[in-house]
Amino acid sequence: MLSIRGAAAIVGIGQTEFSKDSGRSELQLCAEAVRAAIADAGLQPADVDGAVTFTIDPNDELNLMRSVGIRQMRWTSRTPFGGGGSSATIEHATAAVVSGAADVVVVYRAFNERSGRRFGQPMAGPLPPAMNWYLPYGLDTPAKAYSLWFQRYMHRYGVSNEDFGRYSVVARRHAATNPNAWYYERPITLADHQASRWIVEPILRLLDCCQESDGGVALIVTRADRAKDLRRPPVTIEAATQGNTIFGETIFNYYHDDISRFPEAEYTARQLWETAGIGPEDIDVAMIYENFSPVVFYQLESYGFCGPGEAKDFIADGNIDIGGKLPVNTNGGLLGEGYIHGMNNILEGVRQLRGDAANQVEGAELVLCSAGRSALVLGRG
Amino acid sequence: MPHAVSPTVDHDDEFFWNGVAEGRLLVRRCAQCQRLQHPPSPMCPWCGSLEWDVQQLSGRGTLHSWIVSQHPSVPDDMARIVALVELDEGVRLVSNLVGIDAAEVENGMPLEVLFAEVDGVALPQFRPAGGGA
Repeated sequence: MLSIRGAAAIVGIGQTEFSKDSGRSELQLCAEAVRAAIADAGLQPADVDGAVTFTIDPNDELNLMRSVGIRQMRWTSRTPFGGGGSSATIEHATAAVVSGAADVVVVYRAFNERSGRRFGQPMAGPLPPAMNWYLPYGLDTPAKAYSLWFQRYMHRYGVSNEDFGRYSVVARRHAATNPNAWYYERPITLADHQASRWIVEPILRLLDCCQESDGGVALIVTRADRAKDLRRPPVTIEAATQGNTIFGETIFNYYHDDISRFPEAEYTARQLWETAGIGPEDIDVAMIYENFSPVVFYQLESYGFCGPGEAKDFIADGNIDIGGKLPVNTNGGLLGEGYIHGMNNILEGVRQLRGDAANQVEGAELVLCSAGRSALVLGRG
Repeated sequence: MPHAVSPTVDHDDEFFWNGVAEGRLLVRRCAQCQRLQHPPSPMCPWCGSLEWDVQQLSGRGTLHSWIVSQHPSVPDDMARIVALVELDEGVRLVSNLVGIDAAEVENGMPLEVLFAEVDGVALPQFRPAGGGA
């Protein structure tokens, strides 16, 4: 089997500020982030010949080209499943540059997700037919749809909302020392978490939920041999994959035999470890997509960082703190730093490997970036 | 009464909503291999058949998971319980649980179907078996 291991690299990252009201268009956020990423790589807009974003990103590729000054592009692709597919953007870009379909691919995601359409507010009709099974009964927000999955996990393993809160406290502690984070210098206590209002009783409180954010991020991917000549130390893509399974759903699990587990992430984990030739014990930092705190629990277990049902103890024992066995979401994650649909967590993975993160983990050499349904391992080139 | 959004009925699930209108809980059954599938898809994932029948379910099952559904940011006195029901025939279905306070709900409790109009939308609902509303 052809291996992509180490064949491509992330050579540039760029972003806007993460806010609650950007005051400018989504296309402008996108263009600013892409320009910054190209400059960070030491490249010119004309060097870019490919682009990858989410299916639901509002920024059209041609509008991006005419804004940034990208003259010609021979590769575009988009990844499904929203934030769960966020790491798949890097897989697409890697496939493009390793195959020769493109030389320099920009990966981008930008939106006004707080000042514009808020993901946390109820969806209204008319529905896509696939939502017929959920929305008439009241599952009209991601928080509710996910919680109907999470509740089985809580029941199966005796996990409480307070256990989830211990993750939120860590995320906000990391954000508190990250100037890039919306919640910079604003840590929380477990008591704050327990005093926050129920969003979905008895599963999620407000402080279990990711932010709604305005902002844009971008990354530049090229072949590893080309990366060596560029401005920044390359961050290699050691493995990148997706985890789609029959009878899965876009953002939750109701139909797998055992929904106290996360079969998509377990599948993703097996592929990553095999491709990169490593195991969970080799990972120095884990960036884990957390639209809601419980998905961190599922993913810690799916990747084998701890056993099924053990995430609450793994977190309570300090393992995911800076200085712990497996620092998690060192930027504050999507709860603490901002919610650019998971992509800002990949930028943090790059910073950790460059050695210039706000909460730097000394000697970090391998970073897992997992969105559950897609994931990658990044390394130092 | 809670707010209910009407389903956008299409070719692959029309049978289900017609059944609800008649007070019957129906599931797609492959005409070739006889397996049940919910949510339904137009082709049987096990045998590839495009031929299918419907089977009326007993309406009995157990509570697999549940939440209290309320508006995320507006004070909401119309909260309702959303339930993932494991039906006796082996398929899972999302619905609502009525006739019980959230404090009394327990995973695994036996349930039975009823049919109700919620905000003008005919829906299957579930209640504790052998009693309730």
